[in-house]
Amino acid sequence: MIRFIDVYKEYDNGTKALKGINLRIDDGEFVFLVGPSGSGKSTIIKLITGEIGLTEGKLMVNGYSLNNISPRQVPLMRRTLGIIFQDFRLIDKKTVYENLSFAMRAIGASPRDVKRRIPYVLQLVGLEHKADRYPGQLSGGEQQRVAIARALVNNPNMIIADEPTGNLDPHRSLEIMMLLERINDLGTTVLVVTHEKSLVNRFTKRVVAIEDGRIINDETGGYYNGEKV
Amino acid sequence: MARRFDFQYYCSEGFHSIFTHGFMSFAAVCMIVACLLIMGSFSLVAVNLNHMLGDLEDDNLFLAYVDESYTEEEARALQSQIEAVPNVGQVAFVTRAEALDDFRAGREDNPLLADLPDEVLRDRFEIHVDDIEQLQATSEQVDEITGIADVNAAYDIAQGFVMVRNIAAGVAIVLVTMLAVVSLFIIANTIKLAFFYRREEIAIMKMCGATNAFIRWPFVVEGMILGMTGALVAFFAQWGIYELVSKAIIQNNGLSLITVLPFTSLAWQFLLVFIVAGLLIGVVGSVLAIRKFLQV
Repeated sequence: MIRFIDVYKEYDNGTKALKGINLRIDDGEFVFLVGPSGSGKSTIIKLITGEIGLTEGKLMVNGYSLNNISPRQVPLMRRTLGIIFQDFRLIDKKTVYENLSFAMRAIGASPRDVKRRIPYVLQLVGLEHKADRYPGQLSGGEQQRVAIARALVNNPNMIIADEPTGNLDPHRSLEIMMLLERINDLGTTVLVVTHEKSLVNRFTKRVVAIEDGRIINDETGGYYNGEKV
Repeated sequence: MARRFDFQYYCSEGFHSIFTHGFMSFAAVCMIVACLLIMGSFSLVAVNLNHMLGDLEDDNLFLAYVDESYTEEEARALQSQIEAVPNVGQVAFVTRAEALDDFRAGREDNPLLADLPDEVLRDRFEIHVDDIEQLQATSEQVDEITGIADVNAAYDIAQGFVMVRNIAAGVAIVLVTMLAVVSLFIIANTIKLAFFYRREEIAIMKMCGATNAFIRWPFVVEGMILGMTGALVAFFAQWGIYELVSKAIIQNNGLSLITVLPFTSLAWQFLLVFIVAGLLIGVVGSVLAIRKFLQV
């Protein structure tokens, strides 16, 4: 569960990125976070992942209070999250399998756990037959599936996808979104940050719209027109 | 599911990184070898000087002459007072007759010495000192004892050896410190390069929830391997160079003034010091290099 209570964020250069955000995302939800560039979407993601600290307010992520989290607890908090990036961020010189095992070893999983878990996750994203391929040998959509598999492999409570379809054509984008929906159906909370209105509007999900550091709309089954909601 | 210390993973990543940055690893090992070789060479010179100084100290004695008016019994009675002086080691009494015999030894053909009376020389004490650096102070204290007419000590030779030893030790400390800093810098840069090369992987690891320790260990292992390799190469190079140099010294040492210790008598101590120094340089260099990168 994620809980923002009156959160403000001001960067060192004086930019006020968030101006009193109140947001609650419960376990099992599928939420689109939408808004134009510079609206504060990335700041929300960075706050959730603990990359930056907040200036004012309260923030809870999967049971961790990020107001007074110790540096030792940050990695443990991050293990409850699976993060997907627009540019996939796969390691080119590692195979699909190795990219996944790398993520598992990073949190100290044993080789036995790695061998058991990866085939299941690859099957879930439909890439079980491409485990030995390198990222450069895969299409953009397949690379993003690998990134989703990597986010899932450590069995997180929540998947955060930051513009996951930004580098994909509409058909592949829809496939990725349907995959995320399927993952949500299996019980994982999903937060998708995007500004692709057509994609958002194809799904009947909760849409949280943000603009100029403020939430301007929060509606289940909401509609996003790319300008004012 | 999580394990606390994945030794196999750290070692394999550390080894892999060394070969990925082959040139920098080679440069780092060379720097450690150079540093340890210079440190070792100066230490060997210092150890040998110390050994020679020890021999000199063993042979080093000064003479205290007894007042001519003292009888032999009165002169012998002074021994306990001399032995009570600090830094005085072994003390031997030599009568004037024995001293003359010693003087005549090897000069039997000289007719001028044949009829010399015993009274020409004085009764004396041969006094060994524990610390050659305090030779002058000790001899002066002995000279102040009532009944001692004069002392005769070779201050210059003793001071010369002490000065050479101190200079060698001072130069060794300065050079070793400088080279250790340079080695640390090179190792730190090698590790920084490895870290920079793998920054994407590290960012991914952090996002997955890897702890700083998990990220740091492969780099520490890399530093340890580089340090250990440098130490072993330096040790065997040092051995070879020492054998060559000591052979040359022995061949050209007609007067046998210089004695050289065999390397085998110092090998274990040197191996231990080299390995500890190499590991320290490697580990400290790695930790310094990655400290600031782990703060996100």
